[in-house]
Amino acid sequence: MLIHEQSHPGRRATAQAPKQRAALDGIPENLRRAAAPALPEVSEMQAVRHYTRLSQKNFSIDTQFYPLGSCTMKYNPRACNSLAMLPGLLGRHPSAPDSHSQGFLACMYELQEMLKDVTGMSAVSLVPAAGAQGEFAGVAMIRAYHDQRGDHERTEIIVPDAAHGTNPATAVMCGYKVREIPTLDDGDVDVEALKETLGPQTAGIMLTNPSTVGVFERRITEIAGLVHEAGGLLYYDGANLNAILGKVRPGDMGFDVIHMNLHKTFSTPHGGGGPGAGPVGVSKRLAPFLPVPMVASGDNGYRWLTEKDCPHSIGKLSAFAGNAGVLLRAYVYARMLGREGMVRVSEYSTLNANYLARRLQDAGFELAYPKRRATHEFIVTLRRQAKELDVSAMDFAKRLLDYGYHAPTTYFPLLVPECFLIEPTETEDLDELDGFIDAMVKIQQEAEQSPDMLKGAPHTLPVRRLDDVRAARELDLRWTPPAA
Amino acid sequence: MPFIPHSEEDVRHMLGAIGVSSIDDLFDEIPTALRVQSLQRVPEGMTEMAVGALMRDRAREDGEPACFIGAGAYDHHIPAAVWQIATRGEYYSAYTPYQAEASQGTLQLLYEYQSMMTALMAMDVSNASLYDGASGLAEAVLMAVRVNRKSKSRRVLVPRTLHPAYRRTVHTIVRNQRIELVEVPFDAHSGRTDMAALQAYAGEDFAALVVPQPNFFGVLEDCDAMTDFALQNGMLAIAVVNPLAMAVLKPPGQWGSGEGADIACGEGQSLGAPLSSGGPYFGFMCCRQALVRQLPGRIIGRTVDVEGKPGYTLTLQAREQHIRRSKATSNICTNQGLLVTAATIHMALLGGEGLANVAAACHANTAELVGALTAIDGVEPMFDGPVFHEKVLRLGAPTADVLGALAAHDVLGGFDLGQDFPELGNALLVCATELRTTAEIGNYADRLAPIMAAQA
Repeated sequence: MLIHEQSHPGRRATAQAPKQRAALDGIPENLRRAAAPALPEVSEMQAVRHYTRLSQKNFSIDTQFYPLGSCTMKYNPRACNSLAMLPGLLGRHPSAPDSHSQGFLACMYELQEMLKDVTGMSAVSLVPAAGAQGEFAGVAMIRAYHDQRGDHERTEIIVPDAAHGTNPATAVMCGYKVREIPTLDDGDVDVEALKETLGPQTAGIMLTNPSTVGVFERRITEIAGLVHEAGGLLYYDGANLNAILGKVRPGDMGFDVIHMNLHKTFSTPHGGGGPGAGPVGVSKRLAPFLPVPMVASGDNGYRWLTEKDCPHSIGKLSAFAGNAGVLLRAYVYARMLGREGMVRVSEYSTLNANYLARRLQDAGFELAYPKRRATHEFIVTLRRQAKELDVSAMDFAKRLLDYGYHAPTTYFPLLVPECFLIEPTETEDLDELDGFIDAMVKIQQEAEQSPDMLKGAPHTLPVRRLDDVRAARELDLRWTPPAA
Repeated sequence: MPFIPHSEEDVRHMLGAIGVSSIDDLFDEIPTALRVQSLQRVPEGMTEMAVGALMRDRAREDGEPACFIGAGAYDHHIPAAVWQIATRGEYYSAYTPYQAEASQGTLQLLYEYQSMMTALMAMDVSNASLYDGASGLAEAVLMAVRVNRKSKSRRVLVPRTLHPAYRRTVHTIVRNQRIELVEVPFDAHSGRTDMAALQAYAGEDFAALVVPQPNFFGVLEDCDAMTDFALQNGMLAIAVVNPLAMAVLKPPGQWGSGEGADIACGEGQSLGAPLSSGGPYFGFMCCRQALVRQLPGRIIGRTVDVEGKPGYTLTLQAREQHIRRSKATSNICTNQGLLVTAATIHMALLGGEGLANVAAACHANTAELVGALTAIDGVEPMFDGPVFHEKVLRLGAPTADVLGALAAHDVLGGFDLGQDFPELGNALLVCATELRTTAEIGNYADRLAPIMAAQA
């Protein structure tokens, strides 16, 4: 039942607002609202009970194993939340003067420094609000770089066919044409195709490494050389940074600009779809173009750098300084891990992924890239099951929900048919991984013996499979009061 | 090991299953030359106890001053239940609800949010959020240019009364698509957009007109006249509003003599998000039904399952980057789900009447503040236009000096307009939300009086 359907005229959580309606003397009648907006009218306890019950209809990291490939659903330490919500930090106004900001700015400055170190880049701006905004900032900087050199012929961004959808969408937002290049059968980028695509029209290339197919791009140094030789720049999509944290750095691979997803690698919560944080790091030549504001350290303490200090900046990306509360959580996480903990993130996420991959392969599942070492994630293809048993990856996914496991990423990357992209993360223990393997094996048996169990799944959740076609055709996007 | 559960025995077992002798062997595809030796600038790890002490020190360093700054971020009461529920793990640690059956909690809540926002804005449809008000306006501008088929131009009229950070953010985001922002000046007496200056653009080809309400000066624009101007000249009207103010002000869907604004967007912070140094907040965006297929961001629809039971799912995904890639309406993916969770609970707790009481209290407190401050020699109102909960004051002394002297007394006296509006001279934008008490307002005035006297 919707909160709207529990509404009673005149009911309110009266403790939560001023008792009286103050006069609106200063506001002319023609600018006023005729009647208060028709929001639900419920008591405090009704609201608390309703939203608590709704929460129980969600899968989450705190309640389930959530091996969603490319999303890094690792445990979100609670200390990060409670310390970011200390009243002094929560109550700080974004335009507070430096005299009342040194504690906050110290955290931001130190986070910038740590992120420089783990990425091997020479400067960092924390402001992008999510990965896609980080991508936007990165590609906008590539453009600003070429523009400043008067190099206006560079109109294309190269993107592998396995890339996240945000990559081509971002390139277009920055006014570029997108050129796709294929992925080889072993999962690496097709370097010969890259050579043919590169030219004086190339502004840059967007790469994820490890790539979205879950393998490390072995020829990355050669690729960087080729792109730079053609006058282009390399963009690193940091979606998979968890796989290499403390082991190898994008800056050392030859990348010019990188965004990080702190809601992945630095364990800030995904919140049911945000907020994220997508800081960008750059090599020296792109540093002048970083988005503002950034934090500088000087003799008089910390201070903001704005457009005044950074005249070549691509500018602001949001009204203030990005998702500061998310950045504080990432800062706390980074301080708790420390340098020794950073390396363990990549080591144990890789261990978990390789264990899971090998055990699933042993159980008869087909790996998409069996000859390659898994990174922090890997792909299982269910094309044999689809062909022989007429059950799809989606059917497997929905049945996993019945077993209490969130489904892996399905049907991405697009180039592997009937695929599961599986990312267990480092925070899962052996029992959880074994339980997932057992569930996959049982579902395989069901697929062979009673495929309807899969096709009709889920059976045990608050709803059965939903009619997405109807949702899009007969749009119902808000509650409307029943006709009297 | 913090947050890693593996025992030595587990590791041995797992390596054995994989068939390698060490974890390091799993990295053998990475060229040796690229391997990092050690991180230099990341300190050693800390316990929760130690980092807790550090963060409490940092928070204490910044104090808890009395805040009279608004300028796009407002200090409001947030019911305790809002964040206690929003930070339940089931909301806090869930992903974007791609697996609808396992995400009905978040999905139903977002559908309720869309229902509440459309009621508040008097608009047909709402998305499930964008990053913040400023970047949300950039998305609205891009959307307006896409949908306005009558207009061949890529020009958009933007009043100078718009929040300057919004103007700059929009510029950053739309400039690479060759969209031009044309500024409309304001009337120096009222602080409103200069309607005569706007009329001068009548008959010219623009894709849209931005209408802020209230504007950055806190002043109420003639939203009806501006919306009608847009309608008459083939432009889309993009409303940029404070959602709390809409509890007492005419909402965008009712502006003008036609069907209201075409797009309504803005900063959702005043609906349950703490100040938190500027974020995370959330951008909201509503539009007319006819434009829904060009609306960026996630949209939730109600549908039924195979048994006919109602349920909720992400819909119209063919607009989005993960499906349409280079032809998507926007590159946005992750948005601000948790803030919307908080806003939904916040609106449910306050209701329409409660929100209106909060808005009216802000209006009254600001009037009280302005009364107290303008009683001081050297402090007077800059504009005579009606305001919601912010007011520009003209000071008889340099604004930065006055603010610095107030800050020494733990009073954050307002926002200095000198950087963005040098034409106003010594101008200060002040705000008193429902949280500012008569005692705090009195203290502000008591501190300000001797500062102004010393400057005179």
